[in-house]
Amino acid sequence: MDKNDYDVVIIGGGPAGLTAGIYAKRAGLSALLIEKHTPGGQIMITDWIENYPGFPEGLAGYDLTMKMEQQAKNFGLEIIQGDVKSLETDSKIKKINLSDKSVNSKTVIIASGCSPKKLGIPGENTLYGKGVSTCATCDAMFFRNKDVIAIGGGDTAVQETLFLTKFARKVYLVHRRDKLRATKILQDRILSNEKVEMVWDSTATEILGSKSVEAVSVKNVKTGEIKKIEAEGCFIWVGTLPNTEFLNAQIKVDESGFIITNNRMETSAKGIFAAGDVRNTPLRQVSTAVGDAAIAAFCADQYIEGLS
Amino acid sequence: MSDAVIEIGDSNFEAEVLKSEKPVLVDFWAPWCGPCRAIAPTVEDLAVTYGDKIKFCKCNVDENPLTPGKFEIKAIPTLIFFKNGSVASQQTGLATKEQLEEKIKTLI
Repeated sequence: MDKNDYDVVIIGGGPAGLTAGIYAKRAGLSALLIEKHTPGGQIMITDWIENYPGFPEGLAGYDLTMKMEQQAKNFGLEIIQGDVKSLETDSKIKKINLSDKSVNSKTVIIASGCSPKKLGIPGENTLYGKGVSTCATCDAMFFRNKDVIAIGGGDTAVQETLFLTKFARKVYLVHRRDKLRATKILQDRILSNEKVEMVWDSTATEILGSKSVEAVSVKNVKTGEIKKIEAEGCFIWVGTLPNTEFLNAQIKVDESGFIITNNRMETSAKGIFAAGDVRNTPLRQVSTAVGDAAIAAFCADQYIEGLS
Repeated sequence: MSDAVIEIGDSNFEAEVLKSEKPVLVDFWAPWCGPCRAIAPTVEDLAVTYGDKIKFCKCNVDENPLTPGKFEIKAIPTLIFFKNGSVASQQTGLATKEQLEEKIKTLI
């Protein structure tokens, strides 16, 4: 075996990737985890996680990440920083092409996760970092005693808006429907928060400002009325897109680009597995990601046994 | 942590950054910012490689409120590349090593 050869290569270092690494190493497999930045994934920007069992007080996303990474390293998981450009999945030995080198592996577990979806409206890109943000834990402090706008209605939007209220004077939460999608307990908290003003049935049409955010144009989808809400910050949480730019046509995805698997986490390409947020799953949580990953690593091990 | 990245603040920003003879990269960060901690090892790496040509600094925005205000920073991590005392380019949010290397090469 070449030193660039592995039993399993894991793409992505969020909860799914790290869990796959723990299970693969405990199964005695040689495993490499490739992460674009630093292990953690999307939970790194999550202020507080209180629905992951075993932590009754809840914990910061970053702390959970650190614990998972340490656990994976304790079992000897090799982690490198690298940007996966493409996969070659035709033959028995799969090739993972990074920007500076290639590695070979018998199996691949894709756990590359998601990135925040953009609204695609004027001002969103030009004012990014100048009032436009997707990370409340990072940037809320810059808006102490200021008015800010948040956009979205799911768990992330509501949870992060609650975090914003610790700093901002007022938060307008703009949602395109007349009720929130978020979990009931989060809905109750946000709707009873005095700093939050709900802007129902509305979508943002433009983020305005010359050097930094000054206001957001918001359109009521029922009446067609457009109004300008003045605010210095605009936080966007309108869902996620899968990180799959390196996939080839052999790995089938659904209409939204999420990887299709069976209940063994096998994709349409032999020896290629997927786990976590990147998969076409009805729920994207830390708890679902780690479950996927355990199954993926277990089935990858079985697949490797079948090869010999 | 290596010594390749110098910790700077409001008090010595002018001397260390604006009056620096070499181009300077300043990483604006805070301890509670996950992506800031994620980009830090990349900046450390680059500092080891390019440290002879560029000065690498980091500024904790929590302890130093004046400097980020001056540069209208409203999101972190933000990396600002300074040349001859003025802003040459700026990068907000996570970036890969290759993306940052490209920016660094335009400074040298």
